[in-house]
Amino acid sequence: MSPESATAVEKNLQMRLWRGDAEGGEFTEYNIPAQEGEVVLDVVHRIQAEEAPDLAVRWNCKAGKCGSCSAEINGRPALMCMTRMSTLNIEEPITVSPMRGFPIIRDLVTDVSFNYAVARRVPAFQPPKLAEGEVFRMQQVDVDRSQEFRKCIECFLCQNVCHVIRDHEDNKESFAGPRFFARLAELEMHPLDTLDRRRLTSEQFGLGLCNITKCCTEVCPEGIHITDNAIIPLKERVVDARYDPVAWLGRKITGKPDPTPAAVAARFAPETLAQQQEARSAGRIGTHPETSGAGTSR
Amino acid sequence: MAEYETHIVDVLIIGAGGAGLRAAAEASAMGASTAVVCKSLLGKAHTVMAEGGVAAALGNVWPEDNWKVHFRDTMRGGKMLNNWRMAQLHAQESPDRVLELEQWGALFDRTPDGRILQRDFGGHRYARLAHVGDRTGLELLRTVQHRAVDVGIEVFMECKIVRLLRDSEGHVNGAVGIWRETGKFIVFGAKSVVLATGGVGKMYKFTSNSWEGTGDGHALALWAGADLIDMECIQFHPTGMIWPPSARGLLVTEGVRGDGGILKNRDNERFMFNYISDYFKAETSDTIEEADQWYENKRDFRRPPELLPRDEVARAINSEVKAGRGSPHGGVFLDIASRRTAEDIKRRLPSMYHQFKELADVDITKDAMEIGPTCHYIMGGVRVDADTAAATVPGLFAAGEVAGGMHGANRLGGNSLSDLLVFGRRAGIGAAEHALSKEGTVTIDQEQVESIAKHALSFFDNEGKENAYAAHQALQNTMQELVGIIRTESELVRARGELHDLNERAKVVSVEGHRQFNPGWHLALDLEAMMAISQCTTLGALERQESRGGHTREDFPTPNNEVFGKVNMVTSMQGSEVQIRREPLPVMPPELQELFEEAH
Ligand code: SF4
Ligand code: SF4
Ligand code: FES
Repeated sequence: MSPESATAVEKNLQMRLWRGDAEGGEFTEYNIPAQEGEVVLDVVHRIQAEEAPDLAVRWNCKAGKCGSCSAEINGRPALMCMTRMSTLNIEEPITVSPMRGFPIIRDLVTDVSFNYAVARRVPAFQPPKLAEGEVFRMQQVDVDRSQEFRKCIECFLCQNVCHVIRDHEDNKESFAGPRFFARLAELEMHPLDTLDRRRLTSEQFGLGLCNITKCCTEVCPEGIHITDNAIIPLKERVVDARYDPVAWLGRKITGKPDPTPAAVAARFAPETLAQQQEARSAGRIGTHPETSGAGTSR
Repeated sequence: MAEYETHIVDVLIIGAGGAGLRAAAEASAMGASTAVVCKSLLGKAHTVMAEGGVAAALGNVWPEDNWKVHFRDTMRGGKMLNNWRMAQLHAQESPDRVLELEQWGALFDRTPDGRILQRDFGGHRYARLAHVGDRTGLELLRTVQHRAVDVGIEVFMECKIVRLLRDSEGHVNGAVGIWRETGKFIVFGAKSVVLATGGVGKMYKFTSNSWEGTGDGHALALWAGADLIDMECIQFHPTGMIWPPSARGLLVTEGVRGDGGILKNRDNERFMFNYISDYFKAETSDTIEEADQWYENKRDFRRPPELLPRDEVARAINSEVKAGRGSPHGGVFLDIASRRTAEDIKRRLPSMYHQFKELADVDITKDAMEIGPTCHYIMGGVRVDADTAAATVPGLFAAGEVAGGMHGANRLGGNSLSDLLVFGRRAGIGAAEHALSKEGTVTIDQEQVESIAKHALSFFDNEGKENAYAAHQALQNTMQELVGIIRTESELVRARGELHDLNERAKVVSVEGHRQFNPGWHLALDLEAMMAISQCTTLGALERQESRGGHTREDFPTPNNEVFGKVNMVTSMQGSEVQIRREPLPVMPPELQELFEEAH
């Protein structure tokens, strides 16, 4: 036991938790003794058990594997179960608030159904036909790229910070968000997938609205390089190939590497992007994803 | 009478982990209208925590592997208490289930010739676990989740089922639940109901299970009149984190040992060599020299004792700690740092590296991990028919951890993910066939619905100070101390008495606040289930006067094959009391029995 943790035991934490619902709410302060080795979620749970039994909070694994406990800690989006108290300044009050990018249900729980609605719109993986008794052969280097995106724990922190959604509620109609660009990239780079989703990616999922601010990558608890490894290569493939199915198939088969992120990023200077968006908006599909019906109910 | 939101389907599946979603995909493919209901959001189920892999005799790494070897390993690991037919179906069908995942987009790690790579795990004779680094569970869950979404199954998320409904003949025909978000009731009418609710870990203090593991499906089955079997058989995974306190119980994958990690006590002694039971002598290295060569040459050397089945390793760790040779925080050391390069460790065990770095501030490429046993898995569960996954009450099915029999007295690592694929699919077929062959429409008995609703709301009216969190902690303390990894009659009798009192406490828990997203209320409802299940476990543990797999009795330290090796401990409700009885195990046909004779 280190000396500082021994003194920490004496300390009182000032935890300011956001309490309220869709109608409104405010921060409520709870004073609770600090304990050794805790993460933010532990403290929230102790407050729940001792002072506020009806405090609403989502969690499951407490190990950073399920992506349930996303919140904003001192305004910074993070997983509560992976934020150690020792990394925060406990001399000052610590605020915990729900993700700002999604409508509030109650306390720290937000309505993330938007993401499930988008997920329903992504066309599924489509493998080639196998002959009887045949099995798929793939090389590790070829599966590596998609595997990176399959690490996603669907915490939706990237969706929460993306300004395209956060600042413009109506963009949700035409913009799928970084989590789904990672999903689309995963399918696009999947060595076996046979479906060309590039037109969809640009026209219905709004890839063009992303201007590579990288906020999503910075916040991803799984360290997925959403911008460099998913979005930029996707942009490249969508624009550069002009939906040429032959070239597309060629690349899938040869696994030709994409151009370097820097080279591609240069092509996505704000002016270029504005033009692209203009051109795109004509073809925009305006159906609003159903947030409650159509399968995933909550 | 109040009007409730009501849905009528052919097949209702409770639980959206691997088993539930696999069942849903199958039932829906058979043309049954199918709905899934789950306590959390879709994709958060405990399946994501499975790290090591999915066991299937694909024979990609060892061509000599086949279903018979896998079957034999599973039965021996389960100390022969398994339902042999389940173990057989599981071993025969898991390779197809794994290959099918690839058809749905899963990406397993590869062999140099491009096939699915398989890794070594405790109790498996050959490297058999298909895996993706150490996040295989996530890969599996995402794959079946995408599949279920793709086929358009309706998912009711964040909805807790309170009780099952039954028709006039006693057949299960639906369920009543609450929406966690609004606190409103939701009623399902269904010709078949599949339980896929996972485990019971939350009745223990130190567990690898998430908050959802409260034995809901076990209890729903029990309350609906179904039998449970062998609820005393609980696996304490040998390697859970023990420090910091808040991370205590979190799993450290067996993959660490499969990839070279060794167990040491405070004297730096590699102690597992002192705990090789006769049962496993023939196939286990007895010197460090031999053990260390195995990692490179598995053909000519025997496995290191660190890879004995989980129950053996957990007991060994327990003994070391008891003998005063434990680590500073009361466990032992798991060391991979001195055995593999930092680069290798990070590549093969990325989640573990991450987990220790973030939660314990320990760099596992430099320092040893401190670990100890944690409640991980219940082998016992709903008694089912092996082929159809049907429970003993018509209309009810169960698959995955909530079902009993498949793993006997102890489960091998990797056999859980394959279990939920094999029996998830079978439950989907069983439930769909049952529903499609049943004529007429489902009629819901409104009176039952009403009384369930009234009961669920009664916690708001309870007066007094009993708090759900405090009652839950009391339950966890009792179970941890008295019905834990090592058991004895006097303590079990005490536990039985304490549980009786706790049950009374749980009934008068009073809930503050309103119905909307109120965790205190949800816990009060979960607590009912945990109370019922802990009684089953305690009764089973008292009655099984022997040590077998995940059930260890200090007062009966050896297996008793003549008496207890031949019976299941069956618990069921008689009136309002949990009763226990013994019933003979299904008898293995001679052609399978031969597999065990050959082995000697
Ligand atoms: S890089 Fe694109 S997707 Fe990511 S946060 Fe910025 S705008 Fe959003
Ligand atoms: S990509 Fe990263 S930040 Fe986004 S949902 Fe997945 S894990 Fe979370
Ligand atoms: S609780 Fe699962 S990621 Fe935090």
